[in-house]
Amino acid sequence: MSAASFSAAESKRFSSAVADFSAVSSCFDIEDLSLAYDDKPALCDLTLRVPRHCVTAFIGPSGCGKSTLLRSLNRLHDLNDQVSRNGRIQLEGQDIHARDMDVAELRRRVGMVFQTPNPFPMSIYENVAYGVRLQGVKRKRELDEIVEWALQSAALWEEVKADLHASAWTLSGGQQQRLVIARTLAVRPDVLLLDEPASALDPISTLKIEELIRSLKSQLTLILVTHNMQQAARVSDYTAFLHAGELIEYAPTDTLFTNPRLRRTEDYITGRVG
Amino acid sequence: MRIPRLSGDGVWRWLSGACVALSLLAVVALLALVVTRGLAHFWPADIEQLTLDDGQRIAGIPRGSQAGERRYFTANRDLDGQVWRWVEQQAIESRGTPPDLLYVERRDWGPFIGRLTAVETPAGERLQGAEAERRLRRALRGDADVTTLHLRNVEGRSLKVAFAQVASLSWPNRMDIGDKLAAWGHGVWRFLSETPSDGNTGGGVWPAIFGTLLMVMLMSLVVTPFGVLAALYLNEVARQGPLTRLVRIAVRNLAGVPSIVYGVFGLGVFVYGLGGHLDSWFFADRLPSPTFGTGGLLWASLTLALLTLPVVIVATEEGLARVPVALREGSLALGATRFETLRRVVVPMALPSMLTGVILAVARAAGEVAPLMLVGVAKLAPAIPLDDEFPFLHLESKFMHLGYLVFDLGFASRDAEAAMPLVFATATLLVIVILVLNVTAIILRHHLRARHRALEHS
Repeated sequence: MSAASFSAAESKRFSSAVADFSAVSSCFDIEDLSLAYDDKPALCDLTLRVPRHCVTAFIGPSGCGKSTLLRSLNRLHDLNDQVSRNGRIQLEGQDIHARDMDVAELRRRVGMVFQTPNPFPMSIYENVAYGVRLQGVKRKRELDEIVEWALQSAALWEEVKADLHASAWTLSGGQQQRLVIARTLAVRPDVLLLDEPASALDPISTLKIEELIRSLKSQLTLILVTHNMQQAARVSDYTAFLHAGELIEYAPTDTLFTNPRLRRTEDYITGRVG
Repeated sequence: MRIPRLSGDGVWRWLSGACVALSLLAVVALLALVVTRGLAHFWPADIEQLTLDDGQRIAGIPRGSQAGERRYFTANRDLDGQVWRWVEQQAIESRGTPPDLLYVERRDWGPFIGRLTAVETPAGERLQGAEAERRLRRALRGDADVTTLHLRNVEGRSLKVAFAQVASLSWPNRMDIGDKLAAWGHGVWRFLSETPSDGNTGGGVWPAIFGTLLMVMLMSLVVTPFGVLAALYLNEVARQGPLTRLVRIAVRNLAGVPSIVYGVFGLGVFVYGLGGHLDSWFFADRLPSPTFGTGGLLWASLTLALLTLPVVIVATEEGLARVPVALREGSLALGATRFETLRRVVVPMALPSMLTGVILAVARAAGEVAPLMLVGVAKLAPAIPLDDEFPFLHLESKFMHLGYLVFDLGFASRDAEAAMPLVFATATLLVIVILVLNVTAIILRHHLRARHRALEHS
């Protein structure tokens, strides 16, 4: 099914689904976003609103462009010369590609947690303080407070408070991932991008991360990329299903999982394809 | 009997293992040869006195034998015109080690072997026999004065030597093992601490040790920032493409250019070009005698810095490339700029590799001789280029170098054979100096790593 026939056949129901979002204020407004690696299209004409203070999940088969989309939101593609982009992304009404946009400040506001835990080769304390120091905070008392707060927010404080100066690389994978979340929270972002944050973790660590995601919703907007359908269903409020760089269906999670409008979505979430 | 069948795997394992063993053996043999022959030079060996069947008498230190002939180091170049004697084993009538045989190292004419007949004191007294010897021993300790020594070789020819000409003096046949050890230690110490004399074949090599160390340090001071910054630019700043690839290939090939070519380059660009201009701008009053327009410490250091630049660049680049993209992205995602990421995450992680590059550069530079001959090394420069006279460090002065000294002793001295033990001793020293430089750099690297860790913990 091509994109054109999809929009023709389903436009009515799709717009009704989009209408659901008008009730909530949006965090990200993505308009007609297209992106290509070296002329190889990765995203095609994506239009999507990410509601504020919710968990939005991007699901879809490998290579569907969900991670690419996520990395567009904090302009991490800037580092790659081969990436070309079209379309507009707005964060709280501000164009993130505007000339006067400070990329470093954008990335502070839009934190990101990666698939594989990537703590720096420093102590636990220094990992959390890293971003805070970049913001110019130097006073030890202030740093200590922020580090403790961030570690508590990431539900890691109890496990590491005995030795904050141990190397971060001595922690387990799950602890490292929570440390990375704490590190990101410490700079007080408005949005947290999570790129399959639990895919490298065991079930118990995954559970902890999921609890954490739910608890953070009150503080910030979360966007979760995941392979795991159950995870999306468990933690997200809205789910977007992407396929081959296109947005196929986007709806409140309950609706999408119990009553998908499209056959393709249903096939994917029930495991028949993808 | 079962003969174990060698599979391809087994053959492969044995072959590669044998190659490793052979290489190790070669290294150990090389070091053992150089070190033992170098250190044996300072051992006060017994002096033999021979009477031949034709009535000739010879005194000397046995140094090997070949096809029924024994070789003796007889010293006394001024009396005999030669320092080596081959003696047919059958021609030797009697052989002994008389206790009164004396070994004198002189500042000119090399060593003397023979007997003491008398000493003269400043008062004009002439002391003989046991009294002369007592006085001489006191004089050597600095308790008494002696002006002249009257010596006689075993064939009865006599010789006068001014006391000031005596570098050291001993009766090796009377020494017990403790005395000999002490004399050996003293000899090694003199070798390390004194300036050369007698066409470099006497005295010590201190200026060469100092020159080598100073030159290598100056070289590291230049090559480290240049190499590291170049690697940072290539790896972190420059847009990766055909041009950076080309530059990389060029840098790697630069490492393969013969070192003498660098010497020629240094001579043309640094000495004649830069040095000539410096002279005409700042030292015009001294022209036509050149100040910077001739080989010197600075130009030698710069030439070697150029020579070792590829090593530092390649090592640093490898270190930078090993820093995982995930960590860079992690830092950027926290709102760090590219520069902050570089400074706080990438460079600290690549620091050990950078230091490894510097260590390799030091090892290479310390052993390099060929280019130095063109840009500033001297056969004899007894004054070290660092003193209490402004500007303290004399970058324009010529300097001595251990590697060059090995070449000079072995091939350019009056008696290459007599100097051979010194060649080994100097080579041993060169190996030790390089070892010390490397160990220092490794300790520094370790220390920096530890400090980096400590910083993380503060």
